[in-house]
Amino acid sequence: MFFPISGVTLDPISLILIGFVIGVLGGFFGVGGSFLTAPALFALGMPMNFVVGTDLAHIVGKSIVAAKTHRVLGNIDLKLAAIMVIGTIAGAETGVQTIESLKKHANVDLVVGMVSIVVFTGISIFCLWESWITLRARRQQNVAGDAPGTTKEDSTAVDAFAKKVQQIKFPPIIVLPHSGIRAISFWAILFVSFVGGIFSGFLGGGAGYVRMPSMVYLLGIPTHIAVGTDLFEIIISASYGTIRHAMSGNVDILIALVMQTGAALGARIGANLTQFFSGPRIRLAFAPLPLLGAIVIAQRLLTGHHS
Amino acid sequence: MNKAPKPFPKKIVVRFIIEMVIYAMLVSVYLGLVLHLLVVWLKDLSMQQPAVYAFVSIILMILQAVALEKLTTILVNVNRRRQG
Repeated sequence: MFFPISGVTLDPISLILIGFVIGVLGGFFGVGGSFLTAPALFALGMPMNFVVGTDLAHIVGKSIVAAKTHRVLGNIDLKLAAIMVIGTIAGAETGVQTIESLKKHANVDLVVGMVSIVVFTGISIFCLWESWITLRARRQQNVAGDAPGTTKEDSTAVDAFAKKVQQIKFPPIIVLPHSGIRAISFWAILFVSFVGGIFSGFLGGGAGYVRMPSMVYLLGIPTHIAVGTDLFEIIISASYGTIRHAMSGNVDILIALVMQTGAALGARIGANLTQFFSGPRIRLAFAPLPLLGAIVIAQRLLTGHHS
Repeated sequence: MNKAPKPFPKKIVVRFIIEMVIYAMLVSVYLGLVLHLLVVWLKDLSMQQPAVYAFVSIILMILQAVALEKLTTILVNVNRRRQG
């Protein structure tokens, strides 16, 4: 099928299947899934600037479906999401301006591709290490005969770091009862969301692959709530990013609408699946996904061929 | 808030498969009819009025997401009633 807005010919069945797979992963991990959508669309032959904008548009729709399911499951901290939206939009604007500048002065495919590879690989290695350490510690506690309920259900190997972040007393101090956080600086939340926003605008997607682990490891948000809240926040930030990219001619909404038909079903399935897994297992399963995206982008950059 | 994972019921897998088949048929009809009609209009809009195109894009995406969410909810409810 020919998509005249971006000027590419793509198989709609492939787009729906990509959307479905990304929808399941997005609903389960609380991410937009751009670490897989972007390489997949890039590999199918879409120019990178259209990949970034179109992916954002498709993420809006999918996140609406997944966030609604997470809301029913009690996984959304609305107060946290409202604060994060501010930082994300400011960061996304910075990222969009950067990509516009690159379009004029540099090889945008190469720069975005290289940055993606470094970020995705780093996140994968860290999540793999952390969740493996946490699960091993939990097994050892169980072997040592701890009474049931004494092991914290959603602890991480870097809990101490999150506690230090929560001890930063830079006003205003926020209380997040739904996430079980008694005190945290407004600026810590804003910083995490701003960095996530930069990645969102620059690399495309909702940047949940940066923000979801950051919420867990830096802010100390429980994994299930980080997943749901991130999806809710992505709706607003990705909508803003979509409008910005569409005005710059980087969105093929027809491709996004086709993908979203698969993603809507997948997102619902993925969000419901979170009930059946503990926090560390969700993080362990998440670890290989960004690495997979990095491998696909590296293959495309090295060979210059569409797969 | 800490949550203990629930056991995975096998019945859910069967429900998902049935829902997916019905959903796929409905979506195919939708794509064939609605999107085909929008192609020329959206292409012109993207070339001539990018700002309008941007807002139309986001509205279309939100409307489709809400409609598909309702559709999957209806399918889940029908399936639940059918399986008792």
